[in-house]
Amino acid sequence: MIHQHVLQRRFLVLLLSLFSLTSSLFAQDIAAGKALFMGKCASCHNVLKDGTGPALKGLEERHKWADHKELQAWINNPAAYMAKDPYTQGLKAKYGSMMTAFSEITLADVDNIVAYINDAAIVKVAAPGAGTSEPQGDQNAVIFGIISLVLGVIALILMQVNSNLKRLSDESNGVKTPAPIPFFRNKTNIALISIVFFVLGGYMVAKGAIGMGRQKDYQPEQPIYYSHKVHAGINQINCLYCHGSAWESKHAAIPSTNVCMNCHKAINTYEKGPKLFDEEGKEINGTAEIAKLYKYAGFDTSNPNQWDPSKAKPIEWVKIHNLPDHVYFNHAQHVRAGNVQCQSCHGEITDMHEVKQVAELSMGWCINCHRETKVNFNYDSTGGNKFYSLYEKFHDDLKSGKMDSVKVKDIGGLECQKCHY
Amino acid sequence: MSQNKYWQSFGEVKSGESFRQQTQDEFREELPFEGFDGTLADAKAPRRDFLKYLGFSTAAATLAASCEIPVKKVIPYANKPENLIPGVAQYYATTYVQEGDVVPVLAKVRDGRPIKIEGNQLENSSFAHGGTSARVQASVLDLYDQHRLRYPQQKKGDSFQEVPTYEQLDKLIAEQMKAAGGTTVLLTSTLNSPSTQAIVNGFVGLKHVQYDAVSYSGLLLANEACGFGRQLPSYDFSKANVVVSLGADFLGTWLSPVEFAKGYTVGRKVDAKNPTMSKHYQFEGYLSLTGASADERFVHRPSQTGAVALALLAALNGGAVALSDAKLKAGVEKVAADLNKSKGKSLVVCGSNDKNIQVVVNAINQAIGAFGSTIDWSRPANYRKGIDSDMTALVEAMEAGQVGTLMIYGANPVYNYHDADRFAAALKKVKLTVSFNERMDETTEQCMFSVPAPHYLESWGDANPKAGVTCFQQPTIHPLFKTRPFQTSLLKWSGNDTDYDVYFKNYWNNQPGGEAAFNEGLQNGLKEEARAGSGAGSYSSAALAGATAALNAYAAVNGTEVVLYQKTSIGTGTGATNPWLQELPDGVSKATWDNYALMSMPMAKELLKLDLMHGTEKEINNYEFYPQKPVVKITMGKKEVELPVIVVPGMQSNTIAIAVGYGRGEKLGKTAAGVGQNAYVFSSFDGTTVSYQGSVTLADAGRKHKVATTQIHGTYDDRTEVVRETTLATLVKYPNTIPDYRNHLEEAYGKGSDTTDFRKNATLYGEHVQPGIKWGMNIDMNACYGCGACVVACNAENNVPVVGKSEVLRYHDMHWLRIDRYFVSDATDPNQLKGVVFQPMMCQHCDNAPCENVCPVAATNHSAEGINQMTYNRCIGTRYCANNCPFKVRRFNWADYTGADSFPNNRDQQVVGKLDPVVEQMNDDLTRMVLNPDVTVRSRGVIEKCSFCFQRLQAAKLEAKKQNRPLADGDAKTACQTACSANAIVFGNVHDKESEIAQVRTSNHSRSYYVLEQLHVLPNVSYLAKVRNTDELIEPQAHHVAVEEHAPAAGEKAPAHH
Repeated sequence: MIHQHVLQRRFLVLLLSLFSLTSSLFAQDIAAGKALFMGKCASCHNVLKDGTGPALKGLEERHKWADHKELQAWINNPAAYMAKDPYTQGLKAKYGSMMTAFSEITLADVDNIVAYINDAAIVKVAAPGAGTSEPQGDQNAVIFGIISLVLGVIALILMQVNSNLKRLSDESNGVKTPAPIPFFRNKTNIALISIVFFVLGGYMVAKGAIGMGRQKDYQPEQPIYYSHKVHAGINQINCLYCHGSAWESKHAAIPSTNVCMNCHKAINTYEKGPKLFDEEGKEINGTAEIAKLYKYAGFDTSNPNQWDPSKAKPIEWVKIHNLPDHVYFNHAQHVRAGNVQCQSCHGEITDMHEVKQVAELSMGWCINCHRETKVNFNYDSTGGNKFYSLYEKFHDDLKSGKMDSVKVKDIGGLECQKCHY
Repeated sequence: MSQNKYWQSFGEVKSGESFRQQTQDEFREELPFEGFDGTLADAKAPRRDFLKYLGFSTAAATLAASCEIPVKKVIPYANKPENLIPGVAQYYATTYVQEGDVVPVLAKVRDGRPIKIEGNQLENSSFAHGGTSARVQASVLDLYDQHRLRYPQQKKGDSFQEVPTYEQLDKLIAEQMKAAGGTTVLLTSTLNSPSTQAIVNGFVGLKHVQYDAVSYSGLLLANEACGFGRQLPSYDFSKANVVVSLGADFLGTWLSPVEFAKGYTVGRKVDAKNPTMSKHYQFEGYLSLTGASADERFVHRPSQTGAVALALLAALNGGAVALSDAKLKAGVEKVAADLNKSKGKSLVVCGSNDKNIQVVVNAINQAIGAFGSTIDWSRPANYRKGIDSDMTALVEAMEAGQVGTLMIYGANPVYNYHDADRFAAALKKVKLTVSFNERMDETTEQCMFSVPAPHYLESWGDANPKAGVTCFQQPTIHPLFKTRPFQTSLLKWSGNDTDYDVYFKNYWNNQPGGEAAFNEGLQNGLKEEARAGSGAGSYSSAALAGATAALNAYAAVNGTEVVLYQKTSIGTGTGATNPWLQELPDGVSKATWDNYALMSMPMAKELLKLDLMHGTEKEINNYEFYPQKPVVKITMGKKEVELPVIVVPGMQSNTIAIAVGYGRGEKLGKTAAGVGQNAYVFSSFDGTTVSYQGSVTLADAGRKHKVATTQIHGTYDDRTEVVRETTLATLVKYPNTIPDYRNHLEEAYGKGSDTTDFRKNATLYGEHVQPGIKWGMNIDMNACYGCGACVVACNAENNVPVVGKSEVLRYHDMHWLRIDRYFVSDATDPNQLKGVVFQPMMCQHCDNAPCENVCPVAATNHSAEGINQMTYNRCIGTRYCANNCPFKVRRFNWADYTGADSFPNNRDQQVVGKLDPVVEQMNDDLTRMVLNPDVTVRSRGVIEKCSFCFQRLQAAKLEAKKQNRPLADGDAKTACQTACSANAIVFGNVHDKESEIAQVRTSNHSRSYYVLEQLHVLPNVSYLAKVRNTDELIEPQAHHVAVEEHAPAAGEKAPAHH
């Protein structure tokens, strides 16, 4: 019996250590740490440099932060922690503001974030960007065009030859034929060609008229070369961090200068990211673009503590996504109530340096999405909106299997007055 | 008992059929082809020209549309304010204060601009009930008035020149004030701001005179004589079972109508289960808005008001009634009996400015026990404070040269003083005159300095409407112009260098409760204290004998009398500069953009040979159909005014009534100038108070003047079922008249069909299903008094354009919501007016809408929430829908009233001709700031109509989704609903059985009906029939017209089933 007990205990220990090993393996999750860092910390902290808050490189060597529990206590409730801790009081005095509380951060999260910080502190040389590949489609079209043209000319010549031969044989047989009509006076040809022109012309006019005022692929030059790829892509800043009103309002709104400065008080050079090019292929100096922001903000890098945000000037961006006045569009309805990803309409914004209008923003485009998109009616388990509990009939039909899903069109998404009033 | 007749115009009552033919066309204008007469080939614009126009317009349209798309900029904040989200409206509590009127409001601010005023409904508040008036609703447009004064000016010669800085101004004033010597006088309209009063008190040597354009000093003096002090009480209409008004328009313009309408409505709500309601008697000379809502009206000469009051007092005490008019005598006796029956639960109010009459009215109120119950002296009110003799004394002092400096704020005596010329002459004798008024009004024009004060939405401020209630103002926008609060001027000129903003905050921070109470007050919009004791003195009958003797000594008047009144829109004249208010049809006359003499039918017959009762059909039709109205010359002594005549029933035969506030100065702007005549010339001073009535002589001026009235613009083709009115006695005896009618319809429609569902029967079209919400509205016609607040609220909310008089004359008015007025009389005698019904009429959002079927481009169709949608960008302007609408609620944009066309400045063109200057004013960049950014501004050539405030519904739904909860009742409210001070309109989701709208429809079965139910259009707006509290019994009629033959009804569908 004793043996058995020992064995069991050993087994238990083994199991536990195995478990802790795996969990510590998870604890080293740098990717998760990066996501957390970008989402919650990056607006004030930089790994290498002081910002609104201190640089976090070498964090564990400072104060009691080697003990992640201490660190967690501080992050969860800075006010309470600071009350009996002179070191953090000193931090507040130095940086002038209290750290925001993140009560939801767990110990594992802290481990992850610290792992990311330690990883990011080792400066890596950025790999040179891969060259862009030339599109092949256009060349093919040209080749096909030339081939069809040549074939067409050959066909025409052959037809001429054919008719000449026929006339010659008729003449030799003594059959009288009327004087030859050149092909451009041939009424059949004229009729055929005019029909083709009419159809083609009509199609082009209609297409042109429908496309009037649409701006797909519109990519204007902005006052500052602001790269969404660098911000939202590489640095993974949440869209809503800057475009917060998309959560509340009809407008997604461009962030005010002071929002930019939250981070750029600390980040005043562009060094690590890929090389930036504008549309003409000219290289862009990222640091110089940040300097443009400073000009608007009235920020002097040599004297950062003297910055007066109230002297900042707004930046006149060029509006890319325009809707006519008679269309009502609400970001909050789509982003918050409808759980639509920003990328669904704005494209892979995280891959765009300069933003380009990806969607057509035409009524057909809107309507198509309303036709196909399902509304999450399951508010009990999968986070659907409780507002839809009003639709009792649909809930019954879903339960009885009469409907397999409710689409936006079923709750009035195709009605004129949803967007025009 | 003969059947009652419901009619909107004399043409209808006398000659229904021929008049109907004259007015039946929805669009009576020919298509605007110029010179298109005779055959096509002879026409001035023949086929070739037509082709030319066609080619040109196509080319122009292509060119305009294919121009390069302009680059749009998007400019974010430099520093976004913490709690501001672009695109989300914020509401700030503030207070509308004008000429002593105080209404607590919320200002809706979108991205820094106030765009809409809502009533402030505060829980447990005795004062903030949430209602508004038309003038309150329209006040937001005043903020963006291009004719507001923009900087301080000094008069040099005949014209004003800007004073570059306020420092210079202060220096100039200081020097001139010193040089002027004499007394310094501040002349204001009623001032009920405590902090301003403190500033005035602190101005050493300043004499303050308060002057009201329409004075209540008779009431103030009478209250003083009766032992209550020189003040006004709080009236509580909600406690009154019997309300008697002697010419007081308390639902429209008397003292505090927003508050009174709220209280009055408590007694007016009635249903068959609880068939009791308050009884309202009205004694008056003309048909007032309040009189129109009365259960029983008795007319008398304006000069007889005192006699009526005395007779009523005598009758209450069991004495004999000394009135010669038998009808009036019977009326007084009946009223006295009713009042005696409900002692302590009744109220008598009087609109006269005669002190003696008001003393008698106080005696009546004492006799019926009103003091302490319906009249509350523990909360004296400060709505009006002006004493007429103070003003007379001031004018005398000015004439004697004793006044060195006169500062004027909120008063305009050069326009509205009873002897305006004398005041203007006296003004010239004052050495320094300063006006703080916001516009270049008649008085400001005569002053030496103009130092404009900001609009109330730009200001800090406070008001003390009654004891224990303080309302606060806070700025909702940075001042648009270089204006300065007049209080700051007073402070500076009295040697105190504080700005009013700072002074105001310090003042309230130092009051009991300190900063915390002040901030709470600002947030709520007002602060209330517990009642201060039982009251200000007790009733004394000392003055009664003297007043009775004086009244008995009044000479009887035999000739024609005039009585002046105010419209709910224009008021004393402050509304005259506001386009929304000028275009708001008056409740009773339905006329816009004018004042006129309201005249009785007998007088019209005698004076103008216009017999509207027995005249020829043609004569009557022409009077009603054409806007040209006969003009009369009205003479009182040396004063002479020519005004058009509008004939209304229910007037005292020898009385005419004229609205004040019109005939304004040219410098007030495009809206006010040239509209109507000044009627204040007929007011006079009797030694104690100003009288707003008098004897006049009338003469036919022999010419005509166009008056833009709107009542005949939409006709119902004699379908009188649109309005339902009954009496309380009838409702008690036959509670099932309306339900029976519906049952009968259901049977008739169900004939030959295999379903019993009334809604599904008798239609070619499929039924619309509403899987989620179904919006519905209910309107209680017992609580609609025709004030027009809802109409203006609708204009503001939905960017409804102002079209100007010339367009209203052509039936081009654009109001989405109109208030139809029906006179109720015996079929035989239209002048024996029994009552008036006001019926707010807007798109009924029919589930079986006739407009939807006829649109060739499906621009109007039905939503899954039961709304009849109108898509402007799809509409091509065929107007078939308007033609097919049985309620005539669709409006067509004949011109580019709002500047929304893709062609710039496309307003004046050949089709409509030149538009009035007011349209240009509404298109000014400044004025356009009032537009609601959530509602499309419509361009020329499209139909528009009520949308149930769709933008509000969408916003309410989104808010619920954001909070992850179902929609709650009351989340979505329409603009007309929130504007109403009487809660006449209820709106909500009818699928929610607990909602107010579902409740009101089921609980009030005996009164609830839909308009023109027999057409089977299935409206989503229900009405509660109007109930007059009288003993008259109306026998129910047989339903012989139940199913109209031409409806796409049973006849068409039934065969399909056989």
